[in-house]
Amino acid sequence: MRDEPSGGGSRKAAATAALAGVAPEPGVAKPDPILVADSVVRRFGGLTAVDVAHLEIQRGAITALIGPNGAGKTTFFNLLTGFDQPDAGSWSFEGVPIQKLPAHRVARRGMVRTFQLTKALSRLTVLENMRLGASRQAGENLFTALIRPLWRGQEISITERADELLSRFKLDAKRGDFAGSLSGGQRKLLEMARALMSEPTMVMLDEPMAGVNPALTQSLLGHVKDLREQGMTVLFVEHDMDMVRDISDWVVVMAQGQIIAEGPPDSVMANSAVIDAYLGGHHDAPLEA
Amino acid sequence: MDIDSILRNGLQAAVGIDAIVFALAAIGLNVHFGYTGLLNFGQAAFVLVGAYGIGIGVLYFGLPLGVSLILGLVASVILALLLGIPTLRLRADYLAIVTIAAAEILRLVARANSFRDVSGGSDGLSGFAGSYNALNPFPVGDYGFGYLTFDERAFFNIVVGWSLVALSVLAVFLWMRSPWGRVLKAIREDEDAVRSLGKNVFSYKMQALVIGGVIGCLAGFVYSLSRSSVQPDNYGTAFTFFAYTVLLLGGAARVFGPVVGAMIFWLVISLTDTLLRQGVTNDIIPSYILDGPQVGQVRFMLVGLALMLLMIFRPQGIFGDKRELMLDAR
Amino acid sequence: MAPPLKFLLLAVILASTIMPTASASAAAFGATAATGGEVLNVRLRSEDRTPVGGVTVTVTAPDGTEVGQTETDDEGVATFDIPEPGPYSVEVDLETIPEELAGLSLAQNPRDTRVDPGTPRNLNLLLATDPGAVRETASGWSTVPQLFVSGLRFGLLIALAALGLSMIFGTTGLTNFAHGEFITVGAVVTYVFNNIAELPFLAAAAIGIIATAAYGWVNDAALWKPLRRRGTGLIAMMIVSIGLGIFIRYVVAFFLGTETFQFREYAIQAGIDFGPFSLKPADIIGMVLAVVVLVLAALSLLYTRIGKATRAVADNPALAAASGIDVDRVIRVVWVTGAGMAGLSGVLLGITQGVSWNLGAQLLLLIFAAVTLGGLGTAFGAVTGALIVGILIDVSTAQIPVGGITLGVPTELKYVGALVVLIVILLFRPQGILGRRERVG
Repeated sequence: MRDEPSGGGSRKAAATAALAGVAPEPGVAKPDPILVADSVVRRFGGLTAVDVAHLEIQRGAITALIGPNGAGKTTFFNLLTGFDQPDAGSWSFEGVPIQKLPAHRVARRGMVRTFQLTKALSRLTVLENMRLGASRQAGENLFTALIRPLWRGQEISITERADELLSRFKLDAKRGDFAGSLSGGQRKLLEMARALMSEPTMVMLDEPMAGVNPALTQSLLGHVKDLREQGMTVLFVEHDMDMVRDISDWVVVMAQGQIIAEGPPDSVMANSAVIDAYLGGHHDAPLEA
Repeated sequence: MDIDSILRNGLQAAVGIDAIVFALAAIGLNVHFGYTGLLNFGQAAFVLVGAYGIGIGVLYFGLPLGVSLILGLVASVILALLLGIPTLRLRADYLAIVTIAAAEILRLVARANSFRDVSGGSDGLSGFAGSYNALNPFPVGDYGFGYLTFDERAFFNIVVGWSLVALSVLAVFLWMRSPWGRVLKAIREDEDAVRSLGKNVFSYKMQALVIGGVIGCLAGFVYSLSRSSVQPDNYGTAFTFFAYTVLLLGGAARVFGPVVGAMIFWLVISLTDTLLRQGVTNDIIPSYILDGPQVGQVRFMLVGLALMLLMIFRPQGIFGDKRELMLDAR
Repeated sequence: MAPPLKFLLLAVILASTIMPTASASAAAFGATAATGGEVLNVRLRSEDRTPVGGVTVTVTAPDGTEVGQTETDDEGVATFDIPEPGPYSVEVDLETIPEELAGLSLAQNPRDTRVDPGTPRNLNLLLATDPGAVRETASGWSTVPQLFVSGLRFGLLIALAALGLSMIFGTTGLTNFAHGEFITVGAVVTYVFNNIAELPFLAAAAIGIIATAAYGWVNDAALWKPLRRRGTGLIAMMIVSIGLGIFIRYVVAFFLGTETFQFREYAIQAGIDFGPFSLKPADIIGMVLAVVVLVLAALSLLYTRIGKATRAVADNPALAAASGIDVDRVIRVVWVTGAGMAGLSGVLLGITQGVSWNLGAQLLLLIFAAVTLGGLGTAFGAVTGALIVGILIDVSTAQIPVGGITLGVPTELKYVGALVVLIVILLFRPQGILGRRERVG
């Protein structure tokens, strides 16, 4: 078991290589897409929050979904994960259409998300938070729950896995504390670790770095890279472009509900449409030449 | 002042039928509100369904007691489903308004003259507990010790009632230490997080609503069988809020909270009632300060005040954990 | 009368009011007879629900022995000490009923009843012209206009209270279970100044409304604002409001008593005939006043600074605060005006249905129904919802013959109809008629 999450492993190279030949244009096809979305529309009253014509997410890569505030990133995210219903559109995960599935069924298919405002379960301990994340628990059935021997063995193995993840995320010292007593950054870590308990194939992170102090940011970034090393696909929402460059293999840019650009980080950041979108919508956005 | 009778009344109230009934009702509420965060403001409806289930089953349908009990239980499950299906997907306060409205609907229908031949109108029903009392194994005599001495009938009621409380407490304990209980507690904290981890939140909420409702229905059984009557106006909104006070007093989300809460609640109510009543009848308290009817109102003032103060200052109950209080900035 | 008996009597009276939310439970949870033996209360009323006193009532044991014989008192109540639980028979001597009620009879006389151990038995008897038949309140299409107008009046009065409840919810997120007490306070303070201080009714009403508004101010200043500061959760605050409501209600009951009072200048008015319906002058004035106040409130929400600010806070408190609106001040204004309007509603309701300690509590669920129907947190939705609830409650009682059967809700169940509609609405359109679909995420 590793002590420190490592950055550029073999999977990074693989992801970069796979995406090398892909043209940097909106809606481009990927060599091995895990998630494919088509004509997804969501309106609030007269406002069209999301209008995505086509998007593919490459398996095994880290994809960043960026855009100025109000671009519809989080709404799109909510739609994909079943937390909101679209007005139109379809999308599939590993070839299976999932646009009609409720959020929990999406999660069971292996696509697990976190939230922009962390949802640590305050009056549960850190360990209980972790155990909750494990899927297919026999003891979560109303009737088997009453008879401990039926779920005890599974609980022990779940606890072992939880402890492993907790030490990887440096939360093992907090194991017995209420999650509500953790700092903002620790909650982000806990939420990510808890999502991993369900052994997902794709992790959807909604602004994982928002509200985290700079000291923890690097560690969080390390953990995100680590997900790729373990073979998971990562899609994360971020509005700060600087965060994205370092860790993502591919960047998708949204503005006013639409995808206006995609490509490798450097080419996207040089794209004039992207710069316009940021300057037009959000003058304070950090921007590199 | 008759200290002896004050103490006897108080102690008997702490273990008596009222304490049992409210302990059961509050155990059900604990599953709803304490563990799952469901704001059920209509617990009285589940108790009513249990009480009337027996009464209507025996008197109107002419069923044996056992079948009537099953009728009550089935009715409480159906009630939970009816309440849950429209509301459990909505925000918490919708459940509160729907449950309180449903409880009032049931009470108004039960007391309506139009259905007098089924539910007995505002008089309610009586005379259905014959076969229950026939089950009493205790021969005529006094049971217990000291102040807690009961005749065979009261003793039978108390034994049956506390057995049901013990069973319910055991079931809640077993459930809440299991992964199933963990999901409920997580839903209370944040249901979207639970959903994102692949749990069917709606189904769990429904299970909690049904289980808490069935335990509330047991309270109705005890209430009606021990009095061998049901009266519709016992099941007003005040019943539910008494049960909430009991739950908050003992501490929500604690296995024994409702039991402790019910005993303290009825002990305090009985002590203040008897004290004030004796004060009034013995002219220790002048009648311009307090007269007979007002004693009853003082009781409700105390309940209202207790509910407010507990929720503001000790939401985790009077024996609660400080650690939890620190987090309770919800 | 000895205090315990007086208490029991009170319990009997409470137990038989139309919608005794908490009151009846006072009887149920009340202590039983202090001395040994059981108690049987017989309460005799005439068709229009007025107590009938001076009538001889006899209670007989199953073996034929007479347990007691007494006359009903001014409250129509005859109380018997019963030696032991069991079945008894109650007979009213119809020869002794007052002359003006001669010819009325009981559905069952003698009436069999059963006295249980530990609880006073309360038996309500109704003298009626044809006690066997269900009381016909109205029948046929011709009754609909009258029911519609009286429903409209009731709806307008509820709307006064519903608007405040909805705006409090909109600006603070609190579902205020103590809102009915604003209605009660308005009516009771008016009653006190009108009947006890003997001020003219209008002056007393003005004091009543101002006092309610002041009570609304105290509510926010002393309780809700500090709780908001502490970051108390909405569910916790909701339960606090339940406690507050119970507390205030019984403080009022403690000082006022539990009877229903009429304002001093109350007089039975003849209705003015408008053809298909008739209205009493007081009702017309009340309706006009309610409309004027509601229109004023609507205009100020639409056009005044504070009104616009209120809508902004209801829409998005964080954004409103960020754009320089003093959210706390807006909320304070909402509490004060919301309370004042509910106080006015209490005064107007007091004129027609009398002043009692649980006047507002009886209406609270209907107000919730109105607000939910219109859409929680919307001002105009609350008023629309209130009008629909009011009209629905009354019109649903019209007994319309269709084919061989008669459609219509019995009067005693008219509130049930409104509550059922509330639940059905939530099932199909949870955001209410005028509410917006909530944005997720």
